[in-house]
Amino acid sequence: MNKYITAYYLDEGKLLKGVKQIKSKGVKIKDVLSPFPVHGLDKALGLRRSRLARVAFAGGAIGAIAGFGFQTWVFTSAYPINFGGKPYFSAPSFIPVTFETTVLFSAFSMVFAFLIASKLLPGENPVILDERVTDDHFLVVIELDEESTEESIKEIEKALKEAGAEGIIIKA
Amino acid sequence: MYVSPIREPLIKGNKDYSQVTKDILAPMAGKPGKYWYIGIALAGTAALFGGWATFVTLFTGIGSWGTNKTVGWAWDITNFVWWVGIGHAGTFISAILLLFRQKWRTSINRSAEAMTLIAVMCAGFFPLIHMGRLFLGFFIFPYPNTRALWVNFNSPLLWDVFAISTYFAVSLIFWYVGLIPDIGTVRDKATTKIRKAIYGFLSFGWTGSATHWARHETVSLILAGLAAPLVLSVHTIVSFDFATSVIPGWHTTIFPPYFVSGAVFSGFAMVLTLLIITRKALNLEQYITINHIESMNKIIILTGSIVGIAYMTEFFIAWYSGNEYEMFTFTNRAFGPYAWAYWIMMTCNVITPQLFWFKKIRTNVLITFIISIFVNIGMWFERFVIVVSSLHRDYLPSSWAMYSPTIVEVGLYVGTLGLFFTLFLLFIRAFPVIAIAEVKSVLKSSGENNNHTEHE
Repeated sequence: MNKYITAYYLDEGKLLKGVKQIKSKGVKIKDVLSPFPVHGLDKALGLRRSRLARVAFAGGAIGAIAGFGFQTWVFTSAYPINFGGKPYFSAPSFIPVTFETTVLFSAFSMVFAFLIASKLLPGENPVILDERVTDDHFLVVIELDEESTEESIKEIEKALKEAGAEGIIIKA
Repeated sequence: MYVSPIREPLIKGNKDYSQVTKDILAPMAGKPGKYWYIGIALAGTAALFGGWATFVTLFTGIGSWGTNKTVGWAWDITNFVWWVGIGHAGTFISAILLLFRQKWRTSINRSAEAMTLIAVMCAGFFPLIHMGRLFLGFFIFPYPNTRALWVNFNSPLLWDVFAISTYFAVSLIFWYVGLIPDIGTVRDKATTKIRKAIYGFLSFGWTGSATHWARHETVSLILAGLAAPLVLSVHTIVSFDFATSVIPGWHTTIFPPYFVSGAVFSGFAMVLTLLIITRKALNLEQYITINHIESMNKIIILTGSIVGIAYMTEFFIAWYSGNEYEMFTFTNRAFGPYAWAYWIMMTCNVITPQLFWFKKIRTNVLITFIISIFVNIGMWFERFVIVVSSLHRDYLPSSWAMYSPTIVEVGLYVGTLGLFFTLFLLFIRAFPVIAIAEVKSVLKSSGENNNHTEHE
């Protein structure tokens, strides 16, 4: 298992300030764990903007084409039925089902993309660094590699303390 | 940060994050109270009554119902529309109020969404049971079959199949995605190994990572954007079941907006009925405050007034169109053999909710509870009036008929009520009734002690 240094905060405002300070000292932050989304944190950490909106759009587009195309195929070639002399290709009455398939495909493709990309799946068993994260602790996680020496660890600790961390735990 | 002095805090009591977790998880811990057992016993008995009625219907056929050649649709479709309508409030709260950035939704969205899911299940039961052969229910889906036959995509009844199943599926994932972080909290607070394992599995391995939160926020926002038009489409399509037919009293273009506002109206009434009991029973009065009740009552006045105007517009157009069949249907509704149902509807939907214009009344929990039940009754009668009073006087007087339900139909309705409350009672034991993470995220800006935050 990898080694970590974790520093916790009890207030999202202090966390945000701290994260900025830690970063300015050149310490690489692996992740920040929090009980609820902290606004501005994604920017402070330099996270890439999520591309899930594109997945949703693509899924919706596929759903719209599939829904409309399928109905057209059924009514014009697979099993054309004459309803009181109305045209086989009656586009307006295909709209409700097309709308529903659009929403369905869009929502499901996006949610599945989110769960798979984030490895949030049934049976996942991640290491829980601190059980208080889902309660009221905001945790800054810094990963240590094999090259990190006692000295570098001390330096990181110092940086974390200066950044206002309320507690520091080294998990080796 | 500037906080308007007029605005009352959304969360009462000086709470910190840890206290929020404790308060909301409290109802899930330990043994349920006496009232929970009484509640589930009553609801379970009602559900068993429904089970018996289902058995009779399947075994005998729908001849065991009071429907006849003239009134072919009655309680079944009334209950279907009523339940779907109730479901709409949950999606309205979680999707439309999210898009409008209404922070007060955070205390009520979880339970309202759960209510939506359960209500849609109850709704879906009625069209299925009306088919008579429940086990052939899959015929309604377009699938390749030996008859080489596809479903009729021109039929609003088929649109319903797509609308309701999409609505259920999307509401389910919306609800569950929102629930994942809170299940993580339940897992981390679990005291027994079994609980930890179960909630660990259900939490999908949630850690609270910043990347996950950022994506979670994006997903919630887009799902809200998808669910908002979806919820409007569902009751629109339900209203098409009627509006695209040629029955006087059904064939009107006003139906989609009229049904959607009626749905939100009845849904909020049911949310109030449920939450007024829940907040008391689970000691969540500091989370679901009088302000929440008042805000919901305001939505009830708005949608109730829209419904009232729709009733009058229908009447006006019946006269203005000069169509004698249309006019007959409407005078028959108000003064014919089912006039009692019409006036119950008018009283419960148009008159009593107007009392909420008085601040004293809309901030009174007991009166709100009573009026919310009135609205539930009134909206059930609205659908009954639309369905039965339009059908029972056919074009040919020789086909005129009356309708009254049999004990089997009563059983089916009471059964879904039982199912609804049973599942809701199980839900409040199994999952947090309030979105913990969302409440925490508004605590600093809208809690009672909102001045200790350090903002930049």
